[in-house]
Order: sequence, then structure tokens, then C-alpha cells
Amino acid sequence: MQLWLIPVLPLAGFLINGVLGRRLSRAVINIVAIGAVVLSFAWALKVVVALPEAPYSEHYFNWIVAGSFRVGCDFAVDRLTAVMLMVVTGVGSLIHVYSAGYMAHEGGYYRFFAYLNLFMFFMLTLVLAGNYLLLFVGWEGVGLCSYLLIGFWFLKKSATNAGNKAFIVNRIGDYGFSLAMLLIVVTFGSLDFGTVFPAAASKPEGIVTLIALLLLVGACGKSAQFPLSVWLPDAMEGPTPVSALIHAATMVTAGVYVAARSFPLYIHAPAALELAARIGLFTATFAATIALAQNDIKKVFAYSTVSQLGYMFLGVGCGAFSSGIYHLVTHAFFKALLFLGAGSVIHALGGEQDMRNMGGLRKHIPITFWTLMCAAVAISGVPFTSGFFSKDSILLAAHHHQPWMYWVGTITAGLTAFYVFRAMFMTFFGEYRGGDHHPYEAPKAMTIPLMILALLSLGGGYINVPTWLGKFFPTIEHSEDFALVAISVAAGFAGIGIAYVMYVMKPGLSDSAARSLGWIYRLVYNKYYVDQIYEAIIVKPLVNGSRALLWRVVDAGLIDGTVNGIGTRSVGLGGWLKLFQSGNIRSYATWVVFGSVILVIALGLVGAIR
Amino acid sequence: MNLLNIVVALPAIGFLVTLMVPRDKPQAVRVIALMFSFLTFFASLGLAIGFRSDAPGAQFATDVIWIPSPEIHYHVGIDGLSLWLVLLSTLLTPICVLISWRFIEKRVKEFYAFLLLLSFGLVGVFVSLDLFLFYAFWELSLVPMYFLIGIWGHERRVYAAVKFFLYTMAGSVLMLAAIIYLYNRASTFNYTAILEMLASGKLSLTNGEEMLLFLAFFIAFAIKVPLFPLHTWLPDAHVEAPSAGSVMLASVMLKMGTYGMVRYCLPMFGGAAERCAPWIIVLAIIGIIYGALVALVQPNMKRLVAYSSVTHLGFVVLGIFTFTQLGLDGAVYQMLNHGISTGALFVLVGYLYERRHSLEIADYGGIASAAPWLSTVFLITTLASMGLPMLNNFVGEYLVLQGSAQANFSWSVVASIGVILSACYMLWLYQRVFYGATPELVAGHVFDLKPREWAAIMPLIALMVWMGVYTSTFLPAISRTNASILDFRKMNIRIQVKNPPISPYLSVSEVRHAR
Repeated sequence: MQLWLIPVLPLAGFLINGVLGRRLSRAVINIVAIGAVVLSFAWALKVVVALPEAPYSEHYFNWIVAGSFRVGCDFAVDRLTAVMLMVVTGVGSLIHVYSAGYMAHEGGYYRFFAYLNLFMFFMLTLVLAGNYLLLFVGWEGVGLCSYLLIGFWFLKKSATNAGNKAFIVNRIGDYGFSLAMLLIVVTFGSLDFGTVFPAAASKPEGIVTLIALLLLVGACGKSAQFPLSVWLPDAMEGPTPVSALIHAATMVTAGVYVAARSFPLYIHAPAALELAARIGLFTATFAATIALAQNDIKKVFAYSTVSQLGYMFLGVGCGAFSSGIYHLVTHAFFKALLFLGAGSVIHALGGEQDMRNMGGLRKHIPITFWTLMCAAVAISGVPFTSGFFSKDSILLAAHHHQPWMYWVGTITAGLTAFYVFRAMFMTFFGEYRGGDHHPYEAPKAMTIPLMILALLSLGGGYINVPTWLGKFFPTIEHSEDFALVAISVAAGFAGIGIAYVMYVMKPGLSDSAARSLGWIYRLVYNKYYVDQIYEAIIVKPLVNGSRALLWRVVDAGLIDGTVNGIGTRSVGLGGWLKLFQSGNIRSYATWVVFGSVILVIALGLVGAIR
Repeated sequence: MNLLNIVVALPAIGFLVTLMVPRDKPQAVRVIALMFSFLTFFASLGLAIGFRSDAPGAQFATDVIWIPSPEIHYHVGIDGLSLWLVLLSTLLTPICVLISWRFIEKRVKEFYAFLLLLSFGLVGVFVSLDLFLFYAFWELSLVPMYFLIGIWGHERRVYAAVKFFLYTMAGSVLMLAAIIYLYNRASTFNYTAILEMLASGKLSLTNGEEMLLFLAFFIAFAIKVPLFPLHTWLPDAHVEAPSAGSVMLASVMLKMGTYGMVRYCLPMFGGAAERCAPWIIVLAIIGIIYGALVALVQPNMKRLVAYSSVTHLGFVVLGIFTFTQLGLDGAVYQMLNHGISTGALFVLVGYLYERRHSLEIADYGGIASAAPWLSTVFLITTLASMGLPMLNNFVGEYLVLQGSAQANFSWSVVASIGVILSACYMLWLYQRVFYGATPELVAGHVFDLKPREWAAIMPLIALMVWMGVYTSTFLPAISRTNASILDFRKMNIRIQVKNPPISPYLSVSEVRHAR
């Protein structure tokens, strides 16, 4: 089925725009970049429509062959990959179109689209890979593109800092991922999914659990789960379409994808699943509380992404893999829309991101408002929107797993509805607080993707992902419980209602609430000081220790001191030895031979003594 | 005439021809040096094409008597281990000629003469199959490097050159003693003959003898690598050396050490190697972490890259002493990778120095705006050095770590930390040099790449991608030779290879091949 075309098309776009882009007009750049992704989407669609029931893979060439160990460049497609392909190329195409409008007045236009296409290449490699090492190619590659795009405005120190932070924190996760791969080869002798998964049941649970835990470390890095969640909020330094594509809809869900892809390992590692569920639940709640107090519109949505990814982990951790993927899909719709809508707001206000300087925009940019509203109701779990279906399937699975997880998840759902509608109300309701700037609606290239995503956010739940994946994952039996659904929906409405009271009916209430909460508010507002703690206990000691101890003391002091000491003591001797240093290479050689003969004799004596 | 002899001889002839050019014609010297180095490279390409990767043992071999008494042979040949190292040397020589084209203005004739002599010595080291010949080339390569640093280097060049020379000599002397001792026992310098005698039991060493001989060779090699804690000559030598010197030093000379370990220490003294392996691996792993941490805080670009070499070579040594097929394959591959990517880093740092005349990171910033292509090329090299997949280093590092995981998983757990740290120091370097606002001194001096500079860096970039994506060009020859080295003393643990590898792992039930 020529699967290679799907990632290679965007790669070609990257090469054309990357090499020649500086000399091409913006129209040509658009055609190349958007065309490549749309063609890739079309090909992916063709593949998905003709998807065979049996596992299908294609082998292109051997990447690494060492001894009897072989890693091929193999692509494979199954139902899970099909879902990912549709999300990545579909949402990717929309965001490419949107970017043509959003970036129209920015410098480095060709560079932006080249990176975006390169990202598509790596992301598609990630989901198509037929073995762990090739998956890792995509895995690291998307991290690279994320780094490049976060630091797209490289004149800003904060942007390049954020890029470095993203890459390095991801590397910490990748450390776990690499170790998992090493252990997989030691245990299974191969990295091919087709070899590893069938053999999982026959291996000792301890090893499989260790592998699963190490993979989880990687997943936590990529999907910004606690304690590796710190990079994602900073990643908002990148242009907003990047936040939508990479840091909401696709790349950050790669961790969830890997966990779901490796389900044959995870179902034999219940401890790892349990940990995934707990990390997910904790991160969901933790990030949601931070989102409550942020004033930067993108930061709110960034923490929201961390929180929603937590839900996906919760779903996967409860064994409801298809629910996790379901939420991945609907989240791709509504979160991409939230970010693109936020981008439209920022675009309208000439770069303003602080919600305290917004307000009343409903009248100025109605299309943005209404489309964003669709995303807001979807993420809040209002019945029959896409988020309602996927979140409920996760919460029900959580209840089936351990009831307390359902309750925490439901409270978090309330918090989610509150912070999203807080953002909506601060942005679109009340009076405009931005001075004499005149907000204007975005061009069609931006509003049309918004409208398509709005439709998907509302109706995307009817794309029945769990049924599609039904045969793929082991199914867990749990009954539909109307009461549980009603409670979580009620939590969502409660969140919306409180936000309405605090930010529309009585706007002063939020400030007095913040004041009365005192240190709790400051703690949340400052993101629990996690960044500062890491800086103090990891970064500073590492850098200062390396400089003061390793370099100055060990290297320059201890080792070089010893060497130079020998040198100095030799100076006296050297005055005499200088006579030998005639500059004549032959005489050097003579002395070398002479010295060696002495050593030979010494060695001979040692031999004799023995 | 045997092609290998041509490859060995051409740089020497070039050296002599260069010496005959009158002093006042520097341009003629440059052209001659470029011509000879190119010729050598093309000749060596013939070696790669004619090389049969499924055949064990030395190919293109020549064995004639050089000195009758004591019997020293001119005995050369290449196998999968030496083939690519020879090509690495012959590739980097013309690149070094190109990058020195404008940079070296003083004593041009001597500079290129020494460069060609260095190339001669390096190729010789990798092809020698006679212990004494090997030693002669080993020492020969030392001399031109000493002068390259000492004459054309920066401010503290003499200190650095002497330190380099003394460090290396200290080891070489031990090695010479061991070679002579071996000669006394075996009555020959012939490497293959000694191996056969060891295998057949005609020559048997006691444990004590073996250990001392192993250590004598090993210490000489370990200094060259350099293995922690014998590394402190390296940063000084690199910082003071001219670009071409740094490139040859990092890319090829350091490999003499690791090559020697694989070629001599493992097959000849396998028992001692196994007994020492845990200690050596501990040093290698310390080197990986330590080098990376110290690189993190270097204010000088070349010093930073030098410490990063300590890290990379630590991976190589780790791979060698795991005694696994994957570890050894990865180690040899990593030698080449390091040669390509660190060579490229030194080339690029040299470009920066030519423009801004500083190696201090603090003097730079904002080059991405001033010279976008230079920044792009540097970025690709940075990523290769960090071990990003689809670029060369990843394959080597992965194989080394996989091999060490097979031998002892906890080694990999610690060594992999180096991979995290490499991202830290390289990205931080890149950020400080290339991003941010452009200071006036940078904007006024730093211009983008010129055609000659493109010509020097492009082959390295192309190889980074090639070696990262399509390893089948290089790995089979390496793998075959390593398998025979491991089989030689039955040291191969876990994965043993009798036949040339062909995909035995394709066990997916329903794999359908697309093409």
C-alpha cells in the first residue's frame, strides 16, 4: 500500500521549503507545505479505507544489522495506527491552512512551514513504525521539531530557553524509553512489535513490569505528566499554531499512543498500569488547579492540556485503552480548536495574551467566539458534545477500576469546566479592557479551520472510536451507569455556573476570593513552585558542582596538578636531560629504544622472579 | 601494484613533493597538497569498492621484508576494522587542506608537509600487520602533530604541544617494551603469526606475563583515547591546535587508541582483557558522565568539544570491553561517527574563529540571524553529536548501550545518563552562540559560508545522514571482522556469529514485503 508515501510527502515538503524556501514566494511555500500534508492525508485516507483485517506491514530496508540482531525500516498499519493517522494528518492539514493566515506577517515564513512539515514526517513515522527503534526515530524527531518551533522566535531568550527545557526534559523521558528498548532486546531478542507482543505472556512478570515502567517514564516525558510536566507550559513561547498542533493535538499524545501500542506488555504488568492511572489522575487534578489561576490565555490552555493528558493516562491505566485513545481523538479536536481560537484572539489583539486586558470580544470577533464556545462546551463535558462521550467512558472505567478515582476525576471535570469558562468569560464577556486597540476578525484561512474543528468538537463523539478499536484491545466489561454520568455532567455544569457568577454576574468576586485564599492562591498561581524547586535541587547543584568540583578541583587541580608536578620535578632532571633533546628525531628514537631495553630487562626480571 | 600500497605511499610522496616546492610559492603548495590528498582519498575509495565484507582476514595484503635483522616486515592489509578508519583518514586530509587554505599564512610549506606526513602516519597505523611497523607509524604520526600544535597553535601552544608529546610518549614507551618482549618470546613481529601461535598454543603466556603485556599496550592506547583520568592533555591540545590539527587529532588520532584496543588488546591478551574489563568499564563510564559534566561548564568552545570527546570515546571503550557483538560493532561504528561529527564540529568552530577571532562562547550570540546557513549546518552537526536518530551517532551509541545491556544492564543504566547530558551541553552551547540578539562585533564579522567552506563541510554532513540512515554500507564489514575477533578467543558472550548476518529475526507471521 506504499505506506512510506504518507511520511515522505511532508519530508519532501520540508526539503523543498528548507533548501529553497528563502527564494520562493509565500504562495509557492503555501502550495508546497499545505499540498504535501493534504496529499499525505489523502493517501492515509486511502490506506485506512482499504485497511485489511490482518496485521499489515511493509519492509523497506535493513536499518541496522549487527551480528544476528536486525532492525528494519518497517512500517505497519492496524486499527490503532489508522486512528492516529487520521488525527495527525487531518488536524495537521487544518492547522497548516490556519498557519498560512496566522503567520502571514511574520518573518521566517519558509522556515516555519519547513519545520511544520518536518514535524509531520516524524509524527507519521512515529505512528507507522513497525518496531520500537523506528518509533524512537519519530519520538526524538518530533521532540526536535518541538524544540525548533518553540524557539522559532530565536531572538527572544525566553523562547530559546523554553526550547532547551522542552528538549532536555524530554531527553530525561527518553532515557527511560531507551532503557526500555535495551531491556526489550535483552528479553525478547528483537524490537519488532510482531515478535515482542506475542511473547509478552511467556516472560517473567518482573521484567515485563520493569519494561513497562521504563516506557512509562518516556511517555511521561513526551506527554508532560508529573513530574516531567514542567516543559509544556513554557512551550507556549512558540507560535500559537505550533501549540495547537504539537503541544495539544498530536505530539504530546505520543506517550498515550505508546502506552496503548504496548498494551500487550501493560496487561502483563498490572503494577505499571496502576502507576499510570495514578500519575494520570494526579496530573489531571494538579494541572487543573494551576489552570484556575493563570491569566495568560495560552497558559490556561497549556495546563488544561496537561490535565487532559492526565485523563488519557487514567483511561489507559484503568485498562480502558480504547477510552484513552477516544479521548485522545476528541481532545485533538477541541484542544486544537481552543488553541487556534486563542491564536485568533491574540491575532485580533495584535499579540496580547493577558486575559486581564481582554473582555467583550464577543461583539468584535463573533466567529472566533462561537467556534471557541463549541470547544469550551466540549471540554466541559456538556452532554452529546465530543468531550462528553470520551471523558465519561474514562470516568466510568475509573469507577470500575477503583471508585475513588472516579470521584477525583469528576471533581477535576468540574475544575476543568470552571477554568475554561473563566477564560471564555474574561475574554469575550464584559467590557473591553485593552485600551484603544481595535480588534478585528481573522482572515478566512483561519476561520474556516476553526469552523471545521468546531463541528468536530461538537459532533466528533459520534465517530465511534471505541467500537472501531473494539477488537483491537482487550475489552473490559462495565455497565453503563446513568447516575455516574449524571454526576459528572452536573460537575461540569457547576463549574460553568460558578465561573459565570464569578466573572460575569459579579466580576469583583474573583479578586476577593483570591485574596481570601491567601497563600493557597499564591501557591497555585506560582504553579506550586515546581520550576523553582527543580532549579534549586537539580540544575544549580549540577552546574555549580561540575564547575567548582569536577573542573576546577578534579581536572585542573588533582589530575593536571599531578601531571604538572611530575613535570616540575623533572625540570632539574631536565636540565641534564636537555642534552639529549637535540631536535634530531633519530636520536629521540635511540633514546626511546634505550629506555625500552631497560624496561624489557625489568620485565624479564619480573618474569624470572615469578 | 597493490592498491593499498598506493594509498599508503601517496601521502608520503606528497610530503616529499611539497618539501621540494620553493618557499615563496605558497599557493603551489596548497594545490599540491590538495591534489595528493584527493588522490589518496580516491585511491582509498577503490579499497572500499574492492573490499569483500563477507571474507574474514586481511585483504589487499602485502608482506615483504623491510629490515632483515631483526626481521621486520613491511606487512600491511586491511579488514573490516581498519577499512573505514583508513577512509576516515584519507577523507579528512583534503578537508583539512581546504579549511586551512586561508587560515594558515605563516610557513605554509611546512604546514602542508606536516599534514601529509601525518596522514601517512595515520594510514600506516591502521594498515600495519607487523608490530614494529605499527610502532614506527604510531610514533611517526606523533611528530607532525607535535609541530602542528607547537608552531601553528594559539597562545599556549608550546605548553600544549609538550604536554601532548610527553603524555603520549609515556604510553608509547611501555608499548614498545611490550612489543620487544613479545618479539623475544615469539621471535617475530608478525601480528598474524603471533595470533596463530597464541591460538595453537605454540606461544603461551602465563597470567602474569599476559597481564603486564596487556597493561603495557592498554595504557598506551588509553592515553591516546583518552580514557579518564588520562585525558587532561586533550583539552589543552585541542584549544591550542589550529583547526586542521584539532580535526585530525579528534577525528583520527584518538581512534588510534581505540583501534589498538580492538586490534591488539582483545585478540592477543583476551584473558587479561577480561579480567580488567570491569575496571576499564568503570573508568569508561566515569569518563562518559564526567566528560559531559565538565563540558557543561566550559566557557571555551573548543574545550567544550574536547570534553565531549571524552564522553564519546568513553562510549567506544565501554562498547569494546563488553565483549559482545553489538557492543563491539557499536564501538567501531562510534569511532567513525565521532570522527565525522566531532571533526565537523571542529571545522565549524574553526570557521567561527576565522571570522570573529575568538573561541570564547561569551563573545558570540545571534549568529542565526547573521549567517543562517552556517547556523543550519552547525545545528545538524550539534544534533548528530547529541545522538539524534537518523544521524550517525545514534546508531553507534545505541549499539554500544545495547551491547552493554546484554553484558550487564546496570552499566547501560548509568552510561545512558551521558545521553541526557549531551543534550544539555550541546543545546546550551548552540543557544549561547547562535540565538539571541546579534552583537555588533558578530554582525560585522560573521558572514555566511563560502564555496570552499561548503566543499569542506558538505561531505561530513552527507555522511552524518548516510551513516545514520543506511548503515548497511558500513556495518557488515565491521560486524564480520568483530565476529572473528570475538570468536578468536571465545570471548563472545550471548550472541555469537558464525555466518554473515542475514535477517534471521523476521518472524512476524504475516509480514508482506512491499517491494
